Amino acid sequence: MTCQEIQPLLYGYGDGELDLVRNLEIERHLQECAGCSKALERHQALRTTLTDPSIYHPAPAHLRERVRLSLRRQGKSPATFRATRWVGIAASVAFFAILGGTLAWALSKRPAEEMLAQEVISDHVRSLMANHLVDVPSSNQHKVKPWFNGLVNFSPEVKNLESKGFPLVGGRLDYLNNRTVAALVYKRREHVINVFLWPSATAEDSAPHVMQRQTYHLIHWNNAGLAHWVISDLNEPELQEFVQLFRE
Amino acid sequence: MTSDLRDKNQLARLEAVVLPHLDAAYNLARWLTGKDHDAEDVVQEAYLRASQFFDGFHGVDGRAWLLTIVRNTCYTWLKKNRPHEPTVSFDDEQHSGSREDTAPEGLLMQGEDCRLVRETLEELPPEFREVIVLRELEGMSYKEVATIIGVPVGTVMSRLARGRERLQQCLTKRLIKEP
Repeated sequence: MTCQEIQPLLYGYGDGELDLVRNLEIERHLQECAGCSKALERHQALRTTLTDPSIYHPAPAHLRERVRLSLRRQGKSPATFRATRWVGIAASVAFFAILGGTLAWALSKRPAEEMLAQEVISDHVRSLMANHLVDVPSSNQHKVKPWFNGLVNFSPEVKNLESKGFPLVGGRLDYLNNRTVAALVYKRREHVINVFLWPSATAEDSAPHVMQRQTYHLIHWNNAGLAHWVISDLNEPELQEFVQLFRE
Repeated sequence: MTSDLRDKNQLARLEAVVLPHLDAAYNLARWLTGKDHDAEDVVQEAYLRASQFFDGFHGVDGRAWLLTIVRNTCYTWLKKNRPHEPTVSFDDEQHSGSREDTAPEGLLMQGEDCRLVRETLEELPPEFREVIVLRELEGMSYKEVATIIGVPVGTVMSRLARGRERLQQCLTKRLIKEP
């Protein structure tokens, strides 16, 4: 074989990816050809350089946990996940039908808000089940806030309102509105309060809007580019007090 | 409850298949997107997709399967977020380029100058960069690379050769320029 024929095969030869026949032919050629041997040396040198650790990018430490959480959140197969949500909605449809058509009015007025409220209720109920309330259990806001770094692409403001009777229980990653959201968990006596936050599509601030659905009170508002949804079975006046303290 | 148990088993099996290759996934995503933060986002999304497609995975080694998903997620992401960057499919015939210049004596590549190699690799067109990353950094065979990028083995071989030549040519030029 001539140098010109060998040249395009030399890398493949160095990679050990050529068939036996061509391997032997090239080996024979290299024994007699200084030019091609030199070229092969250059190939090897490049290969060696590329094995330097500074060229490889291993995954950063927090990415593993972020991915695991993300998989676990989607852990129920997506079909099951959606089915659960729709079952929740179907149940509340029945409930409100009994109350005489209230839901029909609510759905026709603000359907997106209604769907979101139902998702919030589902997530709230699920969080109350065993071992699912918090991912980072801590009453220290300086522990909870940084925990969200790398897990969500915004930085939630976390306050401990223990002195006002609303202690912080911890934080949790949850899933709402087709995205990962931050959930802050508070308590008032034995009542759990979930605060869901995520960057909002409409950046406009809005005043808190109070809703009552089933046995829950929900209050939601936008502020500083974040959507906030608060839910609890706590009574309305105390929950409003919580929201006021939270928003200060 | 049984469906919960089934989900837990499924999750455990999924994790066992995909988590060991997190470094490979991130490395590829980082070399294709060029930024840490973007690579992390892409990796998370790729893993979610892998989870959705997991029922269709019947193999033993998840690395090639996962990296195919990562690669596709990267290019979808790039098309959406950096539409100005060219990611057109590469016409191997057209871009055959000039014949290889054998490097003059004295400019034989040393193993040390990694910074130069890294910078040059960053600037290579993605078609060259990805085969070099998969072959040199991940140690995959030509056949595995061919599966991941969806071309014949011969194409992998020629792209690798040309990519490496371009690396060497750029390095040679720079070595001449630098004092």
